[in-house]
Amino acid sequence: MTDQTQPVSSTAPAAKARAKAPFSLSRLPDAVTGWLLSLPLVLVLFFFLLLPIAMIVVVSFWGATEFSIYPAFQFDNYEFLLTSPVTYQVFLNTVKYALITWAITLVIGFTVAYFLAFHVRTLTWQIVLFLLCTIPFWTSNIIRMISWIPFLGRNGIANSTLISMGVIDEPLEWLLFSDFSVILAFVHLYTLFMVVPIFNTMMRIDRSLIEAAYDNGASGLQTLTNVIIPLTKPGIMIGSIFVVTLVMGDFITVRFMSGSQKANVGRLISNDIALLQYPSAAATAVILLITVLLVISILLRFVDIRKEL
Amino acid sequence: MTDKVATTDQMTKTGVSRRSILKGGAAVAGAALGSGAITGFPTVWAQNIKDVTLRQFGTGVSNLNEVAQKVKEDLGFNLEMTALDSDAVTQRAATQPDSFDIADIEYWICKKVWPTGNLQAMDTSKIKNYDKIVGIFKSGKLTPDSVVAQGTAPNTVGFVDGPDGKAFAKEETGWMTLIPTIYNADTLGIRPDLIGRPIESWTELLNPEFKGKASILDISSIGIMDAAMVCEAMGEIQYGDKGNMTREEIDKTMAIFTEAKKNGQFRAFWKTFDESVNLMASGEVVIQSMWSPAITAVKSRGIECVYQPLKEGYRSWGGGIGLSKSLTGLELEAAYEYINWYLDGWVGGFLMRQGYYSAVPETSKNYMDENEWGYWFEGKEATGDITSPFGDVLAKAGDTRDGGSFYDRMGAVACWNSVMDENQYMVRKWNEFIAA
Repeated sequence: MTDQTQPVSSTAPAAKARAKAPFSLSRLPDAVTGWLLSLPLVLVLFFFLLLPIAMIVVVSFWGATEFSIYPAFQFDNYEFLLTSPVTYQVFLNTVKYALITWAITLVIGFTVAYFLAFHVRTLTWQIVLFLLCTIPFWTSNIIRMISWIPFLGRNGIANSTLISMGVIDEPLEWLLFSDFSVILAFVHLYTLFMVVPIFNTMMRIDRSLIEAAYDNGASGLQTLTNVIIPLTKPGIMIGSIFVVTLVMGDFITVRFMSGSQKANVGRLISNDIALLQYPSAAATAVILLITVLLVISILLRFVDIRKEL
Repeated sequence: MTDKVATTDQMTKTGVSRRSILKGGAAVAGAALGSGAITGFPTVWAQNIKDVTLRQFGTGVSNLNEVAQKVKEDLGFNLEMTALDSDAVTQRAATQPDSFDIADIEYWICKKVWPTGNLQAMDTSKIKNYDKIVGIFKSGKLTPDSVVAQGTAPNTVGFVDGPDGKAFAKEETGWMTLIPTIYNADTLGIRPDLIGRPIESWTELLNPEFKGKASILDISSIGIMDAAMVCEAMGEIQYGDKGNMTREEIDKTMAIFTEAKKNGQFRAFWKTFDESVNLMASGEVVIQSMWSPAITAVKSRGIECVYQPLKEGYRSWGGGIGLSKSLTGLELEAAYEYINWYLDGWVGGFLMRQGYYSAVPETSKNYMDENEWGYWFEGKEATGDITSPFGDVLAKAGDTRDGGSFYDRMGAVACWNSVMDENQYMVRKWNEFIAA
């Protein structure tokens, strides 16, 4: 790394200037070099991650009138949030969506990745099939979500097909604008985020380990539970983090797929913003952030991702 | 209609800085002040005004590209239109006064935004058709013997004491906050083919017969009104003023609706025009709060849909144009020019042919044929096809408008869209209802 940053000597005037007081990163103490190298990233993270979060925390203590916000240090926003039974209900609902979606995407994602990694023999086909999985992502996720609405509707394709097949007599009402449709959309939208990291770790499993397991007389199931799953854990964890954070932070899927009838935390925040209640929205965001961090830290207790990678 | 609402259009953008033109043109504009504003068509400063660009924003209903095009044709200057939803409009009018020149807002938004001082009062002596503006926006009375409805009636927030007035005046003062442009009477939309019996009252929205097939709009300030109309019609609550409820009244109203929601009365809530159209057209919902052009949109798909007049009356709304505080000089004159043009009839006719009403109906008449005027305004049977300005056939010969004539509909207004003193409390309760 350090070599590449050294000036190229062919630039004549610059090279002369440096000849007097040669400056090279390799002459600096290692600690300083390290800090300098990480500086760009530190700056980016500071300005675009830490600063905004700090602002949100600050604003969450401010007050709001109907059309303006004013600096203050008050706990009103938190007080209202934490004393309202609706808040707990909504957080519970958010966690419910996250858990169910996580479980379903994990099963589907693991199966798909397993098939790609171990059943498809040639690399070409693996790549082809993997790309096939990503094709839906070439369209906007809002479109993929909304296209479910006419499909699941009272007079939609799903209901009319089931009726004409004689499976049901009356259209199923719970297909659309329900928890079912919300979770269906989540699974549809986010399964790929589970497939990719799991597939990635599976591809790096040394095949000889599986051979060894078979040679030692392990059955297919035993190989799966004792060899493949433990070795795939980092991928599962990364996928889980993706899915859980995406679902917990979502608001638009819940709004469209439940016909505005269900709420999650994202919708609370978006309602507040629409009504100019920025401090209250900020307070909700802070609580959500804490919740998500807690969930992730629990997840990380199971696997040390750094070590596994 | 639906597409147009969503798009943000810009007319030709001039490369020259607006402000620099303004400085140069101010002197000329001053000289032309009298003549230009009154004749309605600029002559002396025609060259300068060409370079003026007015930035208008507002809700989708009247922010139509056709209007901007016609302004360019008739008046010569540019109008940039931005369409937003009512929450965003309020937000922008209240917090970003320099981001617009003309605010096309509703009267209840005006009540919220006026105290911020971001808008300036308008001199009615410069408004050519002021005398012809419908009584609703001046005395508050449609006809001399009508009663002013509850809620934020336009006349209650339509005037201030003087050019810098902060408080709303009770009578006409010569200084208007908004120049009324568009208004209508809203009620419930129904699918008569799926209901199969007459609907006469607001109570039907919560009738268990329509369990899982009803909807209400999820815009708190309007939704609470529809809810109040229902609760009052059911005889459950007697409101002092539906447009300005007490906390207790809000609690009771939301309790009734929360219970209905938990019992599965509602199929969905809608927030945008398109959502309401889709819910109705797909048959997911057979009765719901709705806006007039949404009914039209459903009908134009060949699906039966009625904007059902109800015995308890209508919930009405009105919008108008307000001028930004920072508008001065040539641009201010251009804005007056625009307002005079707006009331001159072309826009009125354009809007009335979509089912809205114009603030000065008699000038709009010049831009509508007899059949259209009879159908939309007088409530008569159509004598031929009624088409929207966009070319869709909305009604055939023999049809009459739901609710009848202008005086039948606007004379039966029970309540105006409003913003309450307990607004923040109401909003929180509404959010709880949505989350419940």
